[in-house]
Amino acid sequence: MSESAVDPDEVEHIADLARVNLDPEERERFTEQFADILSYFETLDEVPEVEPDAELTNVMRPDEVTESLDREQALENAPDSEDGFFKGPNVS
Amino acid sequence: MSYNAYITKEPIDGADDGPLAGRTVAVKDNISTDGVRTTAGSAMLEDYVPPYDATVVERLKAAGATIPGKTNMDEFGMGTTTETSNFGPTENPAAEGHVPGGSSGGSAAAVAAGEADLALGSDTGGSVRCPAAFCGVVGIKPTYGLVSRYGLIAYANSLEQIGPIAPTVEDAAELLEVIAGQDPNDATTRDATDEISGRTPDDDIRAYTFADAADGDVDGLEIGIPTELLAGADEDVVETFWDGIDELESKGASYHEVDLPSVEHAVEAYYVIAMSEASSNLARFDGVRYGRSGGYDGNWNETFARAREEGFGEEVKRRILLGTYALSAGYHDKYYKKAQDARAWVKQDFDSALEDADVLASPTMPVPPMERGESLDDPLKMYLADANTTPVNLANLPAISVPAGETDDGLPVGLQLVGPAFGERTIIRAGSALA
Repeated sequence: MSESAVDPDEVEHIADLARVNLDPEERERFTEQFADILSYFETLDEVPEVEPDAELTNVMRPDEVTESLDREQALENAPDSEDGFFKGPNVS
Repeated sequence: MSYNAYITKEPIDGADDGPLAGRTVAVKDNISTDGVRTTAGSAMLEDYVPPYDATVVERLKAAGATIPGKTNMDEFGMGTTTETSNFGPTENPAAEGHVPGGSSGGSAAAVAAGEADLALGSDTGGSVRCPAAFCGVVGIKPTYGLVSRYGLIAYANSLEQIGPIAPTVEDAAELLEVIAGQDPNDATTRDATDEISGRTPDDDIRAYTFADAADGDVDGLEIGIPTELLAGADEDVVETFWDGIDELESKGASYHEVDLPSVEHAVEAYYVIAMSEASSNLARFDGVRYGRSGGYDGNWNETFARAREEGFGEEVKRRILLGTYALSAGYHDKYYKKAQDARAWVKQDFDSALEDADVLASPTMPVPPMERGESLDDPLKMYLADANTTPVNLANLPAISVPAGETDDGLPVGLQLVGPAFGERTIIRAGSALA
């Protein structure tokens, strides 16, 4: 059952994938807690394969232009903007 | 005394007339209000002011309700105690020194303290029913698809519904009448007139009637009691639960025990699915379009990771990371796919138990309200407290929590009644025999 035990490097790797910086204490705590939580999640191994009831349907609507936020409203909450565009950090 | 039930107190007036005219309805702070700050309990959205109303808020205004403010909550709905809020914990007016439950703790506390007549919460894995139970009030988690989620800041879309919190079942049913209805802006809502089949409402705000079902008539009601949901509960809680069942029996209901083996896996299935959905949903918070900015030094990955380090609290980071892990290459089949199997199994179990019972009953929470600070250090312990509420979200079913009494120590205990899909009138009728 210990195959899911995680080490600090793995926690760091997941944090990288999730784009969340962690401080060293958080990384330590998470390493310990994730071992507990993931070994609990592993009890899902006992669940049989189950065929879900097929009751899902697509919901379609006509592709029509409707009223929406104007540019000014859309930018209201942006920390920074320029010439009517969102301003973000450098891509690389 | 202040219970810290509100994050923002800023009244929003509704229409002059309507079914909720003259009443106040507090709104959980993850439900968008046009022009009024909506934080979801997070530092990430400390200054976020939505440019539009959630559909349920539009409906409240049209119904004449006054919104006194936005209520405190666990950050992004992630918690069972309202202690993960960036804006400090909420006190339980019904059991001081104890948590109000979560994540809609501010909404339940506002109602319990009389700081609002009614309130809206959201329930992803019990977040309406848990605080209702802990604060000694009534909460309803509607059938998935009954109430629009448009304008609700998403945590786990496939599980969550907005629901009412109120002092009595009838009051909760009146509020549900106002918020329920199909919405073109939420394709997962649908018209359920055929299944609900109450009388036709007498105005064009409401799509269904629920309040008239709160007549307390449980004569002939058949209750199924899942043994698995009693097994893990505190003795005190179970005793109070049976008092509630006795009362229903004395009014003409009868009960039998049922086995739901799948619910033994509900909590882990719930957390795998909810965290996976959260890791994707919360990717939008990068500090560019809204929320806390990570500045402009370095490349965008570094900047985003900095914004999210500063803006998110520890429980939110924990869930994003665990969700990212569960969905990452090599682990998807082991966790996410198995959780979906468990979800289908839970749904089948509930559907078949509801063939021989009108409602299924259990304690809403297996424990009485925790003391404040007690569960913060042990996340798994907090997750396990959701054992009785999470299966209902996995099964997409409606459930109500009504006060069943108090433990010997005077702590509130809630009794949960689960109905078939769109069986809101049935759980409201059954619950109204108790509150």
